[in-house]
Amino acid sequence: MRIELHVNGEACEADVWEGESLLFALRERLGFPGSKNACEQGECGSCSVLLDGRLVCSCLVLAAQAEGHEVVTVEGLAEDGRLHRVQEAFVAAGAVQCGFCTPGLVVATADLLEHNSDPTDDEIREALSGNLCRCTGYAKIFDAVRLAGA
Amino acid sequence: MSETAVPQLELGRIGEIVPRVDGIPKVTGEFAYSSDLQAAGMLWGHTLRSPHAHARIAGIDVSGAVGMPGVHAVLTHEDVPGAKRYGLEFQDQPVLAYDRVRYFGEPVALVAAEHPEQARRATERIRVQYEPLEPIVDPERATEQDPLHPDRPTMGHGYRDDPRPNVVRSLVIRHGDPDAEGEVSVSGVYDLGIQDQAFLGPESGLAVPDGEGGVDVYVATQWLHVDRDQVAPCLNLRSEQVRIHLAGVGGAFGGREDLSMQLHGALLALHTNRPVKIVYSREESFVGHIHRHPARIWAEHRATRDGKLVNVRVRILLDGGAYASSSSAVTSNAASFACGPYAVDNALIESTCVYTNNPPCGAMRGFGAVQACFAHEAQMDKLAEALDIDPVELRLLNALAPGSTLPTGQQITGSLPVAEVIRRAAELPLPEPEKLPRDPLRLPGGSGNTTRGEGVKRGVGFAVGFKNIGYSEGFDDYTAARVRLHADGSADVHCAAAEVGQGVANVILQVARTELGSDDVTLAPHTTSTVESAGSASASRMTWMASGAVRDACRAALEERERTGGGEVDVERVYRHPRTTPLDPETGQVTGERVHVAYACAAMRVVAEVDVELGLTRVVWIGTAQDVGKAVNPQAVTGQIEGGTAQGLGLALMEEIQTRDGLITNASFTDYLIPTTLDMPPVVSELIEEAEPDAPYGIKGVGEPPTVVSTAAIVAALRAATGRELTRVPVKPDDIVGL
Amino acid sequence: MDVLTPRSLEEALRLKAERPEAVPIQGGTDVMVELNFDRARPVALLNLNEVAELRGWSRQDDRVWLGGALSYAEAMEPTLAAALPALAEASRTVGGPQIRNRGTIGGNLGTSSPAGDALPPLLVCGAEVKLASVRGERTVALSDFLVGPKRNVLAEDELILGVSVDAGVSRQTFMKVGPRNAMVIAVVSLALRVDGELRAAFGSAGPVPMLVRSDLDQIGSFPQRVAEAASPIDDVRGTASYRRHALRILTKRALDRCLW
Repeated sequence: MRIELHVNGEACEADVWEGESLLFALRERLGFPGSKNACEQGECGSCSVLLDGRLVCSCLVLAAQAEGHEVVTVEGLAEDGRLHRVQEAFVAAGAVQCGFCTPGLVVATADLLEHNSDPTDDEIREALSGNLCRCTGYAKIFDAVRLAGA
Repeated sequence: MSETAVPQLELGRIGEIVPRVDGIPKVTGEFAYSSDLQAAGMLWGHTLRSPHAHARIAGIDVSGAVGMPGVHAVLTHEDVPGAKRYGLEFQDQPVLAYDRVRYFGEPVALVAAEHPEQARRATERIRVQYEPLEPIVDPERATEQDPLHPDRPTMGHGYRDDPRPNVVRSLVIRHGDPDAEGEVSVSGVYDLGIQDQAFLGPESGLAVPDGEGGVDVYVATQWLHVDRDQVAPCLNLRSEQVRIHLAGVGGAFGGREDLSMQLHGALLALHTNRPVKIVYSREESFVGHIHRHPARIWAEHRATRDGKLVNVRVRILLDGGAYASSSSAVTSNAASFACGPYAVDNALIESTCVYTNNPPCGAMRGFGAVQACFAHEAQMDKLAEALDIDPVELRLLNALAPGSTLPTGQQITGSLPVAEVIRRAAELPLPEPEKLPRDPLRLPGGSGNTTRGEGVKRGVGFAVGFKNIGYSEGFDDYTAARVRLHADGSADVHCAAAEVGQGVANVILQVARTELGSDDVTLAPHTTSTVESAGSASASRMTWMASGAVRDACRAALEERERTGGGEVDVERVYRHPRTTPLDPETGQVTGERVHVAYACAAMRVVAEVDVELGLTRVVWIGTAQDVGKAVNPQAVTGQIEGGTAQGLGLALMEEIQTRDGLITNASFTDYLIPTTLDMPPVVSELIEEAEPDAPYGIKGVGEPPTVVSTAAIVAALRAATGRELTRVPVKPDDIVGL
Repeated sequence: MDVLTPRSLEEALRLKAERPEAVPIQGGTDVMVELNFDRARPVALLNLNEVAELRGWSRQDDRVWLGGALSYAEAMEPTLAAALPALAEASRTVGGPQIRNRGTIGGNLGTSSPAGDALPPLLVCGAEVKLASVRGERTVALSDFLVGPKRNVLAEDELILGVSVDAGVSRQTFMKVGPRNAMVIAVVSLALRVDGELRAAFGSAGPVPMLVRSDLDQIGSFPQRVAEAASPIDDVRGTASYRRHALRILTKRALDRCLW
């Protein structure tokens, strides 16, 4: 079936299999492989995107459900060739190791700071509790969030 | 702090905090992981796996799958053109099962189709006639049951030949008088469940036929050249016809040492003459790679009344699952580190790994040492209690030091500041207990909102551990690097060292910039096609080994340019660490100077809160002092410590592959739990930078020691809070409550 | 596979009547896992995302109406949380923020898992589930709606419109036990509401979340009664004996919270 949607502000369309997730469509059909396929069951947050401005796991959205909606992926955060402040902070704080969780965490952090520019440590932990990281033990990710919020 | 040979230079040199070279592409989503790759005309591969832990294969009928919509190939063992088996050390693992399957999820057939859904549906139509066999699932009984590998592929390789069936390797270390008596003795039995690496990037890759009979495989792996050396014979190709290229690696932790999709993708690509991509699902990933060996350890510690260890007797049983993988090295490591970083004149250590039909086990961060540390640190605490000595004092009293002799007979000739890490970790100030009321997020049970403080007790635990760096027992351990100096002053470095997230790409550049005195250095793609082997990104060896190779290649390149008076220079150098030698198969004693080239240690102190009524936990704080040698990039070093600690926390509290009759029952991130942001406490890291004399720039590996100690230290804190013995990890709520 | 996307409730009910085999999908947090893990291949999916009538919540006297499309994140917002505190606490334990933004009360009802986090708080608040089809509407008490593990009385042409709950003055709380401190399926969970009587409901301790009621003068024996009402099993997430033990502790603690 054919779907039309907006990704990172651009109108896009694709032919998808009806059972496909938005994640698969973004990665394999629409040219946005930044969102990652780590668990495909909403347990790790690596595929986090904004769907009509709300943070969701794109693996749990049926591609067909995104028809007519607005999606922002990690590829859409940088503006005019400048990194988003969250992206800069993740690099500076050493919050990236293998980086597979990073796109999802960057999107989740950008969403957190959008709603709460000065989160407490507990608020950071709770807001990022849907994003698993296997490499860092999270310490430098928290540093990055504080750095980006400052 | 120690002196190193290299002065501090400008940004990007050794010892400086250097932003990751792959950092920006990773935060923008541009970095190409192995699951992100695409090629024109690409097909999707899918693997049919065994639903049985043990069965005879009476027949395979693929006719129902052939000709399904979009399907281009359906392959079985009959389509494997070369060797039917492969393996890291012993070739005991079938490319595709042919006579029987030995574990749940073992690959049986392959399909390539235009869409993954077509491949899945076709796979479903392959009919395999299984005749189920009794699975061997109890490692204690494995040696009494029928052999899983009647041809005994692990026999006669210089290890002690053990006549019992299903022994992968059995090792005995006899040191001093193994019957020596002490004045006080404590004993215990300790168990560890199966841990999974649970890297986030699933096994995946793209195989592209070259049109001339060869194939290029782009894959997430830890050792490009050993992949090639396993793939080529099975494809019946010469090694140069198989080129393995490193695609972006979404974490490894040992789980990518063995092959996953490399051979299968290449088979399908060569068969269809189309690029083939294979991406495992999370469920498939759990059955598609090896795990950390589960273990049972019986330990007895004998000591004098004033706390000096007299004799340590340990028996270790490891369940290797169906195929050998790295089990022989794990068996040996578990034995090497069974006594912990303590001097003891007498020891009797037996370490055995058996074949079973449980999930196959192999390399995971800290292998052998993690299991041993959990047991020896519980024993040291038990001994301290029996002797009424402070547990930190007891550890200091027995701490290994340079010059000490290990149970293998090896004398420590390099750096090993055990007493220093103990003292520094013990000196770290503990956080004050937090006041109530607090948000449930800061109580055991976390977001579950189970307590407002009821039942909560606090405990402090301590543990010390150590681990070898690099490959051991006479293995020819080397790394190659190639440096090209260009006429314009720029340089590029080729090294096949796998960047798995640990930051070795930065290390290579830092060394090259330091040696060449230039910032204009580029790292070429990691591949088998332009440079010799780097060995594996494992055993905490890659920073040391890559640094040695790149240093030598840079220095040789500068000499070459000096000699030729300028112009283009292209040199390759191979670096080897000092030679190790095997253990004597009968006595377990070192046959030369060293069995392991060097060691690194760590000590850790943990504060935990436990809801003793519900058995729920919260680790509040972790402080650690680690022997890291020269810290090449201090930010990356603390990142390794924090991440390694988190994996040990997972094993202590929640991570276990569960099985029933050999079948995995929790192959998902819903039921195999790894720590979240609400499970990891802050980690205070003290870096002890004592130079390793035999290593370039005084470097040591840093990845494994935190994982070795953190499980033991966390469980010690739980014991302190609960007063319970807690002899098995992961610790379950039932164990804390006493059900 | 077909994907049907109705734009109104009327169209949704008509499609469901025409295609009773169509599986409703709202937030996707259950259905998509089945699809992604290749456990289910429904002939058709009925995408309810565009049906505006299912959204939101409203209050009428002492009862609150929750639309089937109400998300956990919405249930945690202050006004609704003040009316239904246990539901808000339960919502906070569901997955991570991404799941709470997407998962819905209607979906939790439709899946009818023994571990459904919204179900115990709804049970203690006297929830009545409103179902609709082209044949008309009907209301079923939640305790009658749930009939077994992942089984309910929904007819094949029916959809869940939402649920009506008692939001009268009461003290209430929710607790969930899991082996880590965020993002867990309940090993066992408990909601308690105290007004004129004691009402407890537990999850993951029997084939369906179950309500246990008692008079206020039975406080001392209530934890034991709740534990005895459970019929837990051993599974990969926990043991039966632990679940029963934990229920006793949770009930006692919940009573302390709601009575003091």
